[in-house]
Amino acid sequence: MLRPLINRSPMPGLGLSMGITLTMLSLVVLGPIGALLAQGASYGLEGIWATVNRERVWAALELSFRLSFFAALFNLFFGVILAWVLVRYDFPGRRLVDAAVDLPFALPTAVAGIALTTLYAPNGVFGVLAKEVGLKIAYTQWGIFIALIFVGLPFVTRTVQPVVEEIDREVEEASATLGATRLTTLRRVIAPMLMPAALTGFALSLARAVGEYGSVIFIAGNIPLKTEIAPLLIVIQLEEFNYDGAAAIGIAMLVISFAMLLAINLIQIWSRRRIGDV
Amino acid sequence: MSDAAERNWRSATDETPLVRGGLILFAVAGIALLVAAPLLTVFAEAFAKGWFAALKSLGNPDALSAIRLTLTIAAFSVPLNAAFGIAAAWFITRFDFRGKAFLITLIDLPFSVSPVVAGLCIVLMFGANSAIGGWLVAQGYPIVFALPGIVLATMFVTFPFVARELIPVMIEQGCKEEEAALTLGASGWRVFVTVTLPKIRWALLYGVLLCNARAMGEFGAVAVVSGKIRGQTATMPITIEMLYNEYLSVAAFSLAGLLTALALVTLLVKTVLELRHADEIAATHRH
Repeated sequence: MLRPLINRSPMPGLGLSMGITLTMLSLVVLGPIGALLAQGASYGLEGIWATVNRERVWAALELSFRLSFFAALFNLFFGVILAWVLVRYDFPGRRLVDAAVDLPFALPTAVAGIALTTLYAPNGVFGVLAKEVGLKIAYTQWGIFIALIFVGLPFVTRTVQPVVEEIDREVEEASATLGATRLTTLRRVIAPMLMPAALTGFALSLARAVGEYGSVIFIAGNIPLKTEIAPLLIVIQLEEFNYDGAAAIGIAMLVISFAMLLAINLIQIWSRRRIGDV
Repeated sequence: MSDAAERNWRSATDETPLVRGGLILFAVAGIALLVAAPLLTVFAEAFAKGWFAALKSLGNPDALSAIRLTLTIAAFSVPLNAAFGIAAAWFITRFDFRGKAFLITLIDLPFSVSPVVAGLCIVLMFGANSAIGGWLVAQGYPIVFALPGIVLATMFVTFPFVARELIPVMIEQGCKEEEAALTLGASGWRVFVTVTLPKIRWALLYGVLLCNARAMGEFGAVAVVSGKIRGQTATMPITIEMLYNEYLSVAAFSLAGLLTALALVTLLVKTVLELRHADEIAATHRH
């Protein structure tokens, strides 16, 4: 049976709240995204392909998605450990570390960008250390990797933390009394419980990294084919008033991002089904 | 802790002290290197030539105009997004309608769109080349490369913040009190102001705070729509970029220090809110 579009409710303000919500959503978000898609449509699939299918664009897209993937992978690993440490262990400065996790959310990306660049530049504090072991970080792909880790750092920790808090110790005790070693318990009991939240955090971190601009462009060096990220390519096209080119790359990024989010959602549904909802 | 006495031996659900210590060390070292080091760098560079040089660089006309512009943008975009957030949360949590999940997805959409693409969208819709933009320019109201465009771009990237904080809280709290007030004859507006608003004030403050921090610090979207006109459309983050590229390190990092101080205050208030009013802000949705 079809539900009515809107059920009757005694609550006041239906017209007003719906009006404000839909008007602002259309004006600020849907309209502009629609304008991008319309521009792409006028350009045609072949037009988009012709723009995207150039060595420089492919290189930028490949670089953005590859480094974002590895940065999100690092954040998955570090974020789960950090969430575990913050919930389970008590140590001096725990609250400070907990608060510091959110700094990448609160710090403007341009500020993060110039600070990281200064730190990792050949004459910077960490740059000098890296040079000792023969590694150049700023103005190479390593620099981009570090900036992407920075911006995506809080996501996994913040999604996994509440789940660790919820874990019933009795489950772990049961596992231990049945003869499992601590490692087996962590691997076979705890890890599956954390998996869906960790994947959500991974997806958020990945999506954020792919679109990141401010913190990357300072440290990247921006050399075409080598350290040029996809969002920068859009900015370059716009500066040349090449709206078609910018729109084509923008749509390519949107499509790849949504496809990735969809894939991760499917993995999540699959892992929930396999393990059962926690 | 009540089980302090039991802590003398290791329970079956603890890791060995060595593993525990190792993990703590790893976590603390990671945060120190990845987060604390860049933070300290900002202030170290800002004060590299002393307090006076840092303060003097903030008195520069370009810096002052950037600060003024950034405050203006926040003054427009944050209240507008707060109004949207309240309206959307009210609509979503107080009424039952088809397509609710889809609406929430649409509201969350800006989180998965690159800020640069967001700026591009605004340019394509309101730029001088578009139908709407061309007409508005002819009327003498340019959107792109002017204040309205920057406000719109800022609103796009911060769009979900307030709604996202309010929706889970308002679902959890339900609307029994509102219904009671209505049956006692209160007007809709009065119910909102005297019943709902006090219930959601901390969650609202939380959302507004995050929205404001992001609005003042937005770079990618603003870089695309602002045209980066010095003294006119250069916000604080854009001015930081300009100064940095001109090797004016002290000036760039002093301005960056102001935004960093704002970020630290935001985190401080956020931490206090989470400690004091954890039950009134959705704990599972904190970030």
